[in-house]
Amino acid sequence: MISDWLQKIGHRLLSRFSRVGRGSLFLWQCLLSLPYVFTRPMLLIRQLFYVGVQTLLIILVAGVFVGMVLALQAYIVLVDFGAEESISLMVSLSILRELGPVFTGLLFAGRAGSALTAEIGLMKSTEQLSGMEMMAVNPMKYIIAPRFLAGIISVPLLTSIFMAVAILGGFFVATEMLGQYEGVFWSQMQAKVDFYEDLMNGMIKSLVFGFVVVWIAVFEGYDCVPTSEGLGQATTRTVVHGSLAVLGMDFILTALMFNV
Amino acid sequence: MNTRNLEILVGAFVVMAILAMVMLSLKVSNLASYGDDGNVYAVTAQFENVGGLKVRSPVNAGGVRVGKVADISYNNEQFTAVVTMQIAGEYRFPLDTSASILTAGLLGEQYIGLEPGGDEEYLAQGSEIELTQSALVLEQVIGQFLYSKAQEE
Amino acid sequence: MARVAEVTVCRAVFDKDTIISTDISTGASTGTSDILVQVRGLSFSRGNRKIFDNIDMDIERGKVTAIMGPSGTGKTTLLKLIGGQLKPDAGTVLVDGENVHKLSPSALYDLRRRTMGMLFQSGALLTDLSVFENVAFPLREHTSLTEAAIHHLVLLKLEVVGLRGARDLMPSELSGGMARRVALARAIALDPEMIMFDEPFTGQDPISMGVLVKLIHDMNHALGLTSVVVSHDVSETASISDYIYVISGGKVIQQGTPMEIKHSDSLWVQQFMGGLADGPVPFHFSSEPLLADLMKGSVND
Repeated sequence: MISDWLQKIGHRLLSRFSRVGRGSLFLWQCLLSLPYVFTRPMLLIRQLFYVGVQTLLIILVAGVFVGMVLALQAYIVLVDFGAEESISLMVSLSILRELGPVFTGLLFAGRAGSALTAEIGLMKSTEQLSGMEMMAVNPMKYIIAPRFLAGIISVPLLTSIFMAVAILGGFFVATEMLGQYEGVFWSQMQAKVDFYEDLMNGMIKSLVFGFVVVWIAVFEGYDCVPTSEGLGQATTRTVVHGSLAVLGMDFILTALMFNV
Repeated sequence: MNTRNLEILVGAFVVMAILAMVMLSLKVSNLASYGDDGNVYAVTAQFENVGGLKVRSPVNAGGVRVGKVADISYNNEQFTAVVTMQIAGEYRFPLDTSASILTAGLLGEQYIGLEPGGDEEYLAQGSEIELTQSALVLEQVIGQFLYSKAQEE
Repeated sequence: MARVAEVTVCRAVFDKDTIISTDISTGASTGTSDILVQVRGLSFSRGNRKIFDNIDMDIERGKVTAIMGPSGTGKTTLLKLIGGQLKPDAGTVLVDGENVHKLSPSALYDLRRRTMGMLFQSGALLTDLSVFENVAFPLREHTSLTEAAIHHLVLLKLEVVGLRGARDLMPSELSGGMARRVALARAIALDPEMIMFDEPFTGQDPISMGVLVKLIHDMNHALGLTSVVVSHDVSETASISDYIYVISGGKVIQQGTPMEIKHSDSLWVQQFMGGLADGPVPFHFSSEPLLADLMKGSVND
């Protein structure tokens, strides 16, 4: 009994390792195929649209609401200390350092990541990838690399839009609803928010998140079991693993960047 | 989705992101004030205790920010803390200006407040401020208070 | 006959414009040998199941070779092994004198480009491109022909399969048979030496089937296009094949011309070719005798 159970665990562990191995080899091949994308810019632009532009709506909506809610909550807490002036600081630091990159990463994994996995997985099951190979076109170069590059480019762009929109949302709540003065809002922020430490670190985070999420999304699609059930599982894995990866990387990066 | 529309939308997306970055950089962060690095002069001051003062803490005069703390180090021979400040070039302070470490609000962050003196000569690059007032360390104040209370009885 | 003539024109135009077969090819093309594909000692297993056990096969140039057998014997796998998409456990596959599995990735792609075209069961068209764009795809990727030349070529290839009028449709708007014909036009776009057909007749209505049979036959005769047809549609395939391999249980059970196969001694082959319900492959799945089974059931009540 025990030995059966151990064998099962060992088998699972080994298949996990082999998965990670396959994923890493896949990443390597993908990176090698990137130069091809520059000879076919149209592929990249098309993918930027599907991956970036189409995620824009959810980013805008989420950004505005997150910013507004943050301002309200900040006010409720700070007013007890007589520190309402610091609303803008609290909103902007939270957004720039944490919520901007993380939220964007999670939303991207859910919306664009799952779409990528489903698309590539479907191509695999309808033998389009196979067909391409037999036509002597490398699917890595033609299908995978453009999508990968589009993801890496889109996520930082989306993050900056999220951040800007969230802060504007916070501005709206602070000035219209809570009666703060515009000047106070912006000046408090400008004094304490550092370009390199806060904004740039946030952007670096978003770059890392984009890299990880799009890698997972594209690999899951490419590696999926080509049945309808397999495709569903792959899509779910992209969202779950992608989100967990974002949160995990967030901790590591925060610990590295914001040294206590 | 024909090619032209696609390109336009992707272009709009990228432009939007760039505008967002610009807005964040200028209005939200202190990038604007980085530009001042051109015209500053460094002045040092020694304190017994710098309390919670940090690098990039503001240096104010009359409540107006005139510079920032550039460096904090320890002088092991005189056993004092040495604070190097960068003051914006457009402001001049007399040689006998005093520097105190004050707290903004009750529990706020600490900054250096400059009280101008009456000297005819002015501080320049590399000068040292002689008159300094260290930060209030709460424990010492409480200790003094308790001690004086005990003395009364 | 008009169809055959069109097909010939296709080739002529292409040879005039071509940049393909003269520049990048790295392999030593023997070109004169009769055997285009030589399979020796091929063994392949998936998990515990042995799909192929020490198989030998010769695909002759310019002929239609059929590979037949019951479903699930791995006929599609064989095509993938020949095309280099799968690696065998043992044995060699030589295509045009080159050992497919010993080639570097770029040399393999080169070999595929030069010699192989493949028609998948589902057509495998790229779903986000129109019919025209699908057929133009290999031309755009592998040649430096001008847009005008590509335009002409695509129209000619589509004309061969009779779908020139459908050029602006999307794959989702095509019927299964039409999709396969477009895939065929795409497979011959670069004029490969050989085309592999993976179950081309499966699930087709009689008319579509007739069209495909005719196309395979005409292309083989007019262009000398070596064809490998994997199928279990016995009558259609046998009607156009020059040579047949019957595979079952990972081995070649019988090989020969259609006439030889028809008069085979093997009962199993007879059952397969004749579509008989019972024979060496039994009708009943193995179980105990009926009476015993029924008796058991009533005892338990």
